[in-house]
Amino acid sequence: MTATHPIELVCPAGSLPALKTAVDAGADCVYVGFKNATNARNFTGLNFTDASMREGIRYAHERGRKVLLALNTYPQAGNWPEWTRTIDSAADMGVDAVILADPGLMRYANRTHPDLRLHLSVQGSATSYEAINFYRDQFGIQRAVLPRVLSLPQVAHVIANTSVEIEVFGFGGLCVMVEGRCSLSAYATGESPNCNGACSPGKHVRWEQTPKGMETRLNGILIDRFADDERAGYPTLCKGRFGVGDETYYAIEEPTSLNTLELLPDLARAGVRAIKIEGRQRSPAYVQQVTRVWRAAIDRLKTDGERFAVQPDWMAALNNVSEGQSHTLGAYYRPWK
Amino acid sequence: MTQMKLALGPHQYYWPRQAMMDFYGHVAESPVDIVYVGESVCSRRHEMRLDDWFDVARVLAEAGKEVVFSSLVLIESESDLKVLRKLVGQPDFRVEANDMAAVQALIGAGHTHWVAGPTLNVFNPETMNVFAEQGATRWAVPPEMAREAMDGLLAASDPRPEVEVTAYGRLPLAYSARCFTARHFNLQKDTCEFRCLQHAEGMPLKTREGEAFLTLNGIQTQSAKVYNLLGDLPALRASGVDVLRVLPQSEHMSELLSLFRRAIDGEIAPADAFAQSQALMPEAPCNGFWHGKPGLEQYVAAA
Repeated sequence: MTATHPIELVCPAGSLPALKTAVDAGADCVYVGFKNATNARNFTGLNFTDASMREGIRYAHERGRKVLLALNTYPQAGNWPEWTRTIDSAADMGVDAVILADPGLMRYANRTHPDLRLHLSVQGSATSYEAINFYRDQFGIQRAVLPRVLSLPQVAHVIANTSVEIEVFGFGGLCVMVEGRCSLSAYATGESPNCNGACSPGKHVRWEQTPKGMETRLNGILIDRFADDERAGYPTLCKGRFGVGDETYYAIEEPTSLNTLELLPDLARAGVRAIKIEGRQRSPAYVQQVTRVWRAAIDRLKTDGERFAVQPDWMAALNNVSEGQSHTLGAYYRPWK
Repeated sequence: MTQMKLALGPHQYYWPRQAMMDFYGHVAESPVDIVYVGESVCSRRHEMRLDDWFDVARVLAEAGKEVVFSSLVLIESESDLKVLRKLVGQPDFRVEANDMAAVQALIGAGHTHWVAGPTLNVFNPETMNVFAEQGATRWAVPPEMAREAMDGLLAASDPRPEVEVTAYGRLPLAYSARCFTARHFNLQKDTCEFRCLQHAEGMPLKTREGEAFLTLNGIQTQSAKVYNLLGDLPALRASGVDVLRVLPQSEHMSELLSLFRRAIDGEIAPADAFAQSQALMPEAPCNGFWHGKPGLEQYVAAA
């Protein structure tokens, strides 16, 4: 399997410049979203208008690359037409696939645009081949993005038992929770990845220098407090320091990034078809740095095969752009769990 | 209008087998109509074997309860799928699907009377119809969904499912591959020493100002505050909610179920029931989700 299907590199773009940068740096696919709540990175100042989307698709297609549209939030009765209109525009503009999470939307896309390729979003929470095969049998999805919860052997087991292509996260911000099954942000702020496309949204964030240190709050809730010699991070609520029992620590997860570069040969051997880089909210500079490294690594794997070795300068480049300047293998490495 | 039913939701915690057996023994005698059983949180929890759950289910059924088996929310391994197939393969009890793997198995087995669980993310009528066509006859509303959005879904759903709303308990907010209880004790999940057994209602997580924020319950994260819609009973009724789900806790369970029963039956005013429930709760109440607000907030229902 690995010999016949090269791994696709799927890179994020939160803007037209980022998309062009990703294409120029060697992304096979760029995934994007529109400027509204239809996608899970609905942040101020981010994402595409109709015009920039058309231009982005033109730019990518002229260079033989693909554009994937993330439409991976869950619409409700009152706003449903905004999501279906977005699918219609995407099909009309010629995106190469739409990344969906909601079964109702998949049915709509499948019936209205039978030629439109469907990918199951990580927000669909499909962690087993049975779940993935449900979406395949019902809506004809051709690819599924796995939540960041499975160990490497578990990923291989999923791939061995489904005809659906599997895409996994390779690098970037780490969701500790099963994507699509987390209401922590909704509990704290009223806005969630599922329904609003936002986690720990900026408008609820407050930074405050106090005698005890720099405090970061989310809707008034103290997420962390930093000493003068500590770098104060964004208050993503699962990455703060809290008290449990007598200890104050990163009770859920440290501010760290996922980096699976060293697992690349194993992922290829397991039959992974695409590697996704997280970070549509990040800058074009981040996109360029990460895309270049991963492009080089995937190309090196093709030529070196079993002799593949991670280059120190790749790791240094990736660590430079990591959240918290540290990285983890996440759930791929079982002891992380 | 049919009478609103009272359900006891699936047990979220890990208790010793005898404690669990005793708990459900009391439930059998309580004024509850529906009981959700089975392990839905962590596949490593096995004080209660599947056969124990079937024993519990039979006792509850003999006491006149409708029994539903809740499926595991996070499926990771082939052995998780095997347990799922056993649940779906048994002919006696309904199944609540909490993951799409369960839906796939139910469809494969030709079931036509299952429950779409709260983690299936049914947020719109089109998705509801997808599941209804495949045999879902009851919809457990995702707790983060506001009343207004629920009303919108129901107005456009055909056929209209039976509707169940989580009305009491610490809210299940997130699931992870990582076990946060094991992490607290510097253990890995695979060798967790089953530390959850020592925390009958999970471990409180507080902010550095000492404010109760969340509850760590193994791989599940819950709210610290207790969701409580007793005061919102008139609105639940007006929206046509068919079933109220109360989640298990370690103390005062019988009193709580009786209080809900009396409130549903109109023997006590909702505001009074809410006031009385305060003494039975392990933490302060919240009801923000129902009102379309941050979940941890508390609103007084309009009279």
